[in-house]
Amino acid sequence: MEWEVVIGLEIHAQLATKSKIFSGASTQYGADANTQACAVDLGLPGVLPVFNEEALRMAVKFGLAIDAEIGKKSVFDRKNYFYPDLPKGYQTTQLHHPIVGIGHIDIELDNGETKRINVTRAHLEEDAGKSVHEGFEGMSGIDLNRAGTPLIEIVSEPEMRSAKEAAAYFRKMHSIVTYLGICDGDLSQGSMRCDCNVSLRPKGQQEFGTRTEIKNVNSFRNVERAIEAEIARQMDILEDGGRILQETRLYDADKNETRGMRSKEVANDYRYFPCPDLLPILIEDNYIEAVRETLPELPDAKRHRFVKDHGLSATDAAVLAADRELAHYFETAAKLVNDYKLAANWVQGDVSATLNRLEISIGQLPVSAEQLGRILLLIKDSTLNNGGAKEVFNALVALGEAGKADSSVEKVDALVDSMGLKQVSDTGAIEAIVAEVLANNPKLVEGYLATPVEKRGKAMGPFIGLTRKAAAGVNPQVVMEVLKQKLEELG
Amino acid sequence: MHNKTIAQISRDLAAGEYSSVEITQHLLDRIAQQDSTYNAFITVTAEQALAQAKAADENRAAGNASVWTGVPMAHKDVFCTNGVLTTCGSKMLSNFVAPYDATVVSNFNNAGAVSLGKLNMDEFAMGSSNENSFFGPVKNPWNHDCVPGGSSGGSAAAVAARLVPGATATDTGGSIRQPASFCGVTGIKPTYGRVSRWGMIAYASSLDQGGAIARSSEDAAMMLNVMASFDPKDSTCVDQAVPDYTANLNDSVEGLTIGLPKEYFRDDLSAEMQQQIRDAVAEYEKMGAKVKEISLPNTHLAIPSYYVIAPAECSANLSRMDGVRFGHRCEDPKDINDLYKRSRGEGFGEEVKRRIMVGAYTLSAGFYDAYYKQAQQVRRLVKNDFVAAFKDVDVIMGPTAPSPAFKAGEKTSDPVAMYLEDIFTIALNLAGLPGMSIPCGQINGLPVGLQLIGNYFNESRLLNLGHQFQQATDWHLKTPAGLV
Repeated sequence: MEWEVVIGLEIHAQLATKSKIFSGASTQYGADANTQACAVDLGLPGVLPVFNEEALRMAVKFGLAIDAEIGKKSVFDRKNYFYPDLPKGYQTTQLHHPIVGIGHIDIELDNGETKRINVTRAHLEEDAGKSVHEGFEGMSGIDLNRAGTPLIEIVSEPEMRSAKEAAAYFRKMHSIVTYLGICDGDLSQGSMRCDCNVSLRPKGQQEFGTRTEIKNVNSFRNVERAIEAEIARQMDILEDGGRILQETRLYDADKNETRGMRSKEVANDYRYFPCPDLLPILIEDNYIEAVRETLPELPDAKRHRFVKDHGLSATDAAVLAADRELAHYFETAAKLVNDYKLAANWVQGDVSATLNRLEISIGQLPVSAEQLGRILLLIKDSTLNNGGAKEVFNALVALGEAGKADSSVEKVDALVDSMGLKQVSDTGAIEAIVAEVLANNPKLVEGYLATPVEKRGKAMGPFIGLTRKAAAGVNPQVVMEVLKQKLEELG
Repeated sequence: MHNKTIAQISRDLAAGEYSSVEITQHLLDRIAQQDSTYNAFITVTAEQALAQAKAADENRAAGNASVWTGVPMAHKDVFCTNGVLTTCGSKMLSNFVAPYDATVVSNFNNAGAVSLGKLNMDEFAMGSSNENSFFGPVKNPWNHDCVPGGSSGGSAAAVAARLVPGATATDTGGSIRQPASFCGVTGIKPTYGRVSRWGMIAYASSLDQGGAIARSSEDAAMMLNVMASFDPKDSTCVDQAVPDYTANLNDSVEGLTIGLPKEYFRDDLSAEMQQQIRDAVAEYEKMGAKVKEISLPNTHLAIPSYYVIAPAECSANLSRMDGVRFGHRCEDPKDINDLYKRSRGEGFGEEVKRRIMVGAYTLSAGFYDAYYKQAQQVRRLVKNDFVAAFKDVDVIMGPTAPSPAFKAGEKTSDPVAMYLEDIFTIALNLAGLPGMSIPCGQINGLPVGLQLIGNYFNESRLLNLGHQFQQATDWHLKTPAGLV
């Protein structure tokens, strides 16, 4: 039988607020256990939550970015369950009245087409703490630093039809929230996590099959692999005439398989009800419009602009626009040299290669966008040839690696000088060198002159080599022109 | 000295009649001698109290005194006190020391008041007789066989027994007014949102409200002046200017219209009770107030609605008492579920468990609409009754409780009978309105309370009416027989 895959994602994105959603404690990642949890985060008796309006602003910004309805009245609910890293015994979240309603994003498919994926809703909620199971000899440790970190949970419609589409959707969401500056997007620190709902149905059937939910997948690659693995598992069962059990599963990246969580861990009646400690959030149109004013250019708009205004290929534009920092780096350099294609080649070539080699992000690259712009400008005005430009670039990277990074534009010029990379483009100087080369190689000149005119282009090669040998850094184009002229003068 | 009111002590301290240390020591001695009888205090903070008193006297000597400087009082043990045990009357919190003060507590500290300790209460403020305290029942100073009412039984008994001139209290369904009525003292529950709930351990968050118990309306006004504040740490606190509640105590009540809800004077209210209340209302008529019969047709729905909403909220509010981070933890838990079950099973008393169970049930999938949602709709009906009534009247009056204090043990085996104790008080909490109980008579030597119900943020009017009654009568001055 031919099966159709149905996938919906729930993405949790930590909002990049300075303090927590209901307390003044810091949200900074990586501090010593329980040093960033105040009485509110600890759920001590008598404490009360106060909503952090910055989280609201960020959630509204997200809603506007995905063209969604903004909930004019959103309500916090308590989701009740006992777990040691959930201090109050309930999570404060939004059930019936989320801050963000129906919206959508577009993803790019492998065949170059775009596909619209609808977003059902996105709501504000608080993150839980972490249980630590190692090093406590039969006990568990609880770290509540993360407890109360603001999250938006973004729920998609079940509209993705392959693991690749799901990964593309996750990537696009990552791109959007980082563009908006509402999430740092650091997957390794759990800033974005994804629950994948996967089901199969016979092709052509309207009704959905029974789904499973793969919890807490935290990388683009694992989203794709986990879903692939789950599709394969479900298909095996269905092909054998079996039935899928609706359950929550975990993905084991080492074994590349999903496995069911114990039902005890998932069978909960959450007994939701509106949180009486928090008032409903009421939003007026002028607030929404004020937030709209702060929206940056989003990845899709940027991508289209790169193609339309700067003639980049669709692929180049997509790669460069996907990451806000990279796009900004690219645009800064491109503007300085006023050559977007040249900049695009460099950013996708030497820049990306360096990032990959050093495993750093663009923000950590020792070569600033201004420096790259300067290097490209020096190529354009023939001060540097391509090889020289790479040498300067690599020298800047090496300085950075040695802890001596210098991001000034002047440093580029200083390196060009000190490394003797400046091309000789002065026609007078080159004429003198060429004259000397010709004078010192009468036999070659004779041979050249004996060559039929239509083949002389190739015969010029040795003279170019000799000229460049005689003076490193001469501009090959100028050498060509001068040689041509001098040899023609000779006959 | 212990018979003096807050207003008198304030004046005496200002006049140098005695020092704060002297009155504080006097009351501490009295507590030490007599509280074994009443069991009104869970914790007496003698050392801190004397230190506060000494500081108050020094401030006064330095010319930095206000009306509250050096005046002794005490807190219901539902208010968190930095560095001092806060038990909420429960075994669960019998070892809990908060690292912060409730806003109410810091307001009193900042005003220069001296706190003598923490007062007994029904466990987590759930009860109408103070028989649900892990620290034992409180005795009614008027009759030691009777309950003081609840849940603020310790506050009311301590004030009635002259152990403190005033005490903080909280009211979720009548927990200030009913014990005030039973103990013959004055108690006021302000409008919901008037007093900060920060640091006040939650029972039912949408109903809980802090207030005061004292021996006169004037004292209650002085207490409310300190307690009421806008607090950004409590999102449900209302940002509205706090008036001087003592400013209008002497206003004339002539021309005011008093509404008497016919539902509060039904045949099941004893003729004696009816007479006491009508006599009290007649005092106001003498002062020139008019009386109008009104109807609050949904009165009978208040208790059923309350006993869905309050347990639902408490079932979530008390989830944090899980033995993981603070409070009672069972011995040698096998695993996390064992830890939860035994810690909570051992830490909570019967009534608390009953309400948690009821709350969890009414919120469960499939029952939510029939119970919780329905109860919220009923709550709106109850509120609308009052809103409509206040279009015609300035204040509503009736009994605070259906009877004077009952005997200890009388209702402990019948939760519903106990719940009916709050039949006249609970509707105000559902509506969020301010209410007050003042002593207005006696039956068989036990005090009877008159309940005054005001419109939103009309506490000044209630205190004014209470004060005028207390200027004309002496019920509030009566002392329990045998009080030394």
